[in-house]
Amino acid sequence: MSIVIETPNSPRTRSQANLEKYGWVFMRISGPFLIVLIFVHLISNLVVPDGGIKAIDFAFVAGKWAAPFWQWWDLAMLWLALIHGTNGMRTVVNDYTEKEGVRKTLVFSLWGVCSALILLGTLVIFTFDPCPAGAAAELLPSFCPAVQ
Amino acid sequence: MVDDVKVIAEVPSFTVTLMVRRYDPEVSEEVKWVDYEVTVYGTDRVLDALHKIKWEIDGSLTFRRSCAHGVCGSDAMRINGRNRLACKTLIKDLDITQPIYVEPIKGLAVEKDLVVNMEPFYKAYRDINPFLIANDKPEKERLQSPEDRARFDDTTKCILCAACTTSCPVFWTDGQYFGPAAIVNAHRFIFDSRDEGAEVRLDILNDKEGVWRCRTTFNCTEACPRGIQVTKAIAEVKQAILKGRP
Repeated sequence: MSIVIETPNSPRTRSQANLEKYGWVFMRISGPFLIVLIFVHLISNLVVPDGGIKAIDFAFVAGKWAAPFWQWWDLAMLWLALIHGTNGMRTVVNDYTEKEGVRKTLVFSLWGVCSALILLGTLVIFTFDPCPAGAAAELLPSFCPAVQ
Repeated sequence: MVDDVKVIAEVPSFTVTLMVRRYDPEVSEEVKWVDYEVTVYGTDRVLDALHKIKWEIDGSLTFRRSCAHGVCGSDAMRINGRNRLACKTLIKDLDITQPIYVEPIKGLAVEKDLVVNMEPFYKAYRDINPFLIANDKPEKERLQSPEDRARFDDTTKCILCAACTTSCPVFWTDGQYFGPAAIVNAHRFIFDSRDEGAEVRLDILNDKEGVWRCRTTFNCTEACPRGIQVTKAIAEVKQAILKGRP
């Protein structure tokens, strides 16, 4: 009596050029950058201003984004964190999904969400109006005409 | 006088329970854990206990072993949740107040009891061209300095037992991954100064299922019964791919 035992390992197919190497390098380069970006962000937002997290309001954020330095800082953080995180999630999906269709759908959705967030975030950083018309003066940063 | 000899000759023995994961597709599709109580000595290894079960209790128990001395690499199995060679694991070193769990290595199809289908594992090994590639004719001895030999000394120790590859969580879910053992054996030739096929092997391992699948969990290094720094070898192959040469 012969029994055919199904093997979970399908034969390997040699794939052509792939981006895995660049993905791996990107993770190792963006990681240290993110550590600096995020910790400076946390310190400048939570430790430096008096009152810690309670000091963060619309005026605080508007004041920060009035400086191109912080605009570019936050932009770098946004792009690197999202691509780093999404690529990390992609490797988890690649490791643990069994069906090719599910894998493709998940990876596609991941990059979809990532691009949408990057687009929205970039748009907000550069089109942000620190002094919206008609807002209550006590909510606005000190340099707005409505406050002065 | 006779009594004295008897006292000296008596080696202390103790009883342990082995829980063995049994599977025989010719009898039942069901996998079951079966417990066996055996009397063993302080010098006995898990393999001795398995022999005792096979020879004295249940002859149908199936497992691989050949040299029984940690060289052939036949009897890698999962003992108390860790991949080890049954012939190198002393029972007294395990917690004998609890049953000792013995099961086949993971990630490869079980054929019967502790025997798995090693073919996908050997396939990955063959895929990395595990032989010397040199273009000149073998007319004279290929000399090598002790330093050049030391470069890949660690990875020459591999016995292809599959303990590393089947301890890798990526290999468990992705049967396509080359796995640590294949990369270790590629490392053995990539960093050999006499070999000229490094580029070919680096190209093979730059595959989607190659070294980049490694998540540096160090399971392989911990599992290796030969003490090979497997994760380090994989990292060196990654660096070699980045540089384009060993």
